[in-house]
Amino acid sequence: MSVLVDDDTRVVVQGITGGEGKFHAEQMMEYGTNVVAGAVPGKGGQEAAGVPVYDTVHEAVEEEDADTSVIFVPPAFAGDAIFESLDSGLELAVAITEGIPTQDMARVNKRLTETDTRLIGPNCPGLITPGEAKLGILPGNIFSEGNVGLVSRSGTLTYQVVDNLTNRGLGQSTAIGIGGDPIIGTDFVDALELFEDDPETDAIVMCGEIGGEDEEEAAAFIDDYVDTPVAGFIAGRTAPPGKRMGHAGAIVSGSGTGTAESKISALNDAGVPVGDTPEEVADHIEEFLA
Amino acid sequence: MKLHEYQAKQVFADAGIPTPESQLASDVDGVLTAAEEIGYPVAVKAQVQVGGRGKAGGIELVENDEEAREAAESIIGMDLKGYHVDQVLVEEAVDFTDELYVGITMDRGEGKPVAMVSTKGGVNIEEVAEEDPEAIAREHIDPSFGMHPYQARKAVYDAGVDKAVARDVSSVLTTLYQLWDDRDGADAEINPLMVTSDDEVIAADAVMNIDEDALFRQPELAEMEAEAASGGDELEQKADEYDFDYVRLEGNTGIIGNGAGLVMTTLDLVDHYGGEPANFLDVGGGAKADRIANALDMVFSDDNVDSVVFNIFGGITRGDEVAKGINEALEQFDEIPKPVVVRLAGTNWEEGMEILNEDLVTVEQTLEDAVQRAVEYAEEGQA
Repeated sequence: MSVLVDDDTRVVVQGITGGEGKFHAEQMMEYGTNVVAGAVPGKGGQEAAGVPVYDTVHEAVEEEDADTSVIFVPPAFAGDAIFESLDSGLELAVAITEGIPTQDMARVNKRLTETDTRLIGPNCPGLITPGEAKLGILPGNIFSEGNVGLVSRSGTLTYQVVDNLTNRGLGQSTAIGIGGDPIIGTDFVDALELFEDDPETDAIVMCGEIGGEDEEEAAAFIDDYVDTPVAGFIAGRTAPPGKRMGHAGAIVSGSGTGTAESKISALNDAGVPVGDTPEEVADHIEEFLA
Repeated sequence: MKLHEYQAKQVFADAGIPTPESQLASDVDGVLTAAEEIGYPVAVKAQVQVGGRGKAGGIELVENDEEAREAAESIIGMDLKGYHVDQVLVEEAVDFTDELYVGITMDRGEGKPVAMVSTKGGVNIEEVAEEDPEAIAREHIDPSFGMHPYQARKAVYDAGVDKAVARDVSSVLTTLYQLWDDRDGADAEINPLMVTSDDEVIAADAVMNIDEDALFRQPELAEMEAEAASGGDELEQKADEYDFDYVRLEGNTGIIGNGAGLVMTTLDLVDHYGGEPANFLDVGGGAKADRIANALDMVFSDDNVDSVVFNIFGGITRGDEVAKGINEALEQFDEIPKPVVVRLAGTNWEEGMEILNEDLVTVEQTLEDAVQRAVEYAEEGQA
């Protein structure tokens, strides 16, 4: 069991004829993901990464029964690509693209309230159900099958924590990278809800970072609704206010909101232990499952 | 990206928002000429992108040539909160009876723009928001429709703005939203929006921050950014050239890594193990050898740095490219300037370890070990 993605997922890759799109479509297939089509305007009728390319996502849905899209479209056009996937009736859209203008994402965010499609990202590594399928750019070989659900705002930090888990024999049910932008589709609360409802997830790791108030909201949600034990990690304790730490969303504002202290204390108050190091996060998970 | 006050005022004035008469000057003579043309009293305002300029001595109100000369001499060339002042705005002093605040920003929690109005203008609005949140009227806006005219009126009435100017303030707010929307604003603010004794409103300050990710479709603003790109740290300018996400900090342990979250974590671990991070440097995804070499050059250029920890967890970044870059950067030295600790994991890390010249660096297997070793070296280097 797992959440959101398994080996039945039928994937259309938007931007499959670009360098990254093609490379990662192949990597996904090699991992076992069922990639059924590509969608690139003007490239309909061609083939890429061994699958047919259509001009529109709608066609890929009609012809190949695609139910999920993974988006590798340059930032200037990615907002539009997300709209296209939302309007095509897909179950899930995963936007890998980094650098989408925030106002485009605000419009996407509005549209999300009007459709049933779930969005993961943007500016995220995607998600993976080890041993079954992956959507995005995560390196499959570091993951292992198991019962730990993982949700994270950062890509490489996810890999680090997964490495700490896998080295201890703590496999993962599903790992979801929700992305480092100020406006994202699926947030911590959504992901926690999915893991709480998944019978095969017995412990959860939540990796947050400075900026915004999503971690505080997640803490309140855990306090009220989540029985599965959760261990946390917060990146950016040493970040000075007003300096953007790489991610567009990772900034402590002048008035002091978005600090690591506020997030760590909210999580602690909700009974969530927060590791000082990734290794300590693995310690907590090991204790939960002992 | 932040526009200077004079640039933001130009953008606001072009859109029809009333602004005081002003001229830019970069030396004493320029200030005197401008003041003469505008007519005393005038304000002399440092053009640097930091808040609280007034309190820091960057804004002076002057009545005559003598005072103007004094103000120009003290402000031009001064160091204001770490920024060198090259230019001042000489501006007509507005005789006001009231100071309002109007602003548009993105509420990231809601994922929607929000328009804000307050009668408590002229002071730090973030302080007002904390101490007296009720004093700011807020109206969330549907970004796919835009601001309805009634929303502008509602925000103004809710804030308790005097009826005599309510119509004009609504009109300024509507224009400000339009600008924010058309120009890919992150924040657009007027603080204070002054009310004069004859019930006119005028933008005495102007803040316009643009979404960096949208500059590709805002060519005019991108040009202004190039013009505004004054000062900043020498190293931060170098980072711009190399196109790195780089933030300089106070410590002596240099940090290089891939991915914002992991680099932040590496900083935090340096702190956790008793060291002090010298910088945040993210080489990004898929960095090739030359980029890795540039990153080392970058961190070596910081005189504060006594050791470097290089932590790469490859997803789309490949260990072999990283190793090549590290060799390339270090083999050009007769003596390695500062000890470098390397930890490679993820994609192609075995290939990377084969290539890496271990005579030049210290290799550690885990993030925790690598950071501890670099902190030790930094302490030795400092001693």
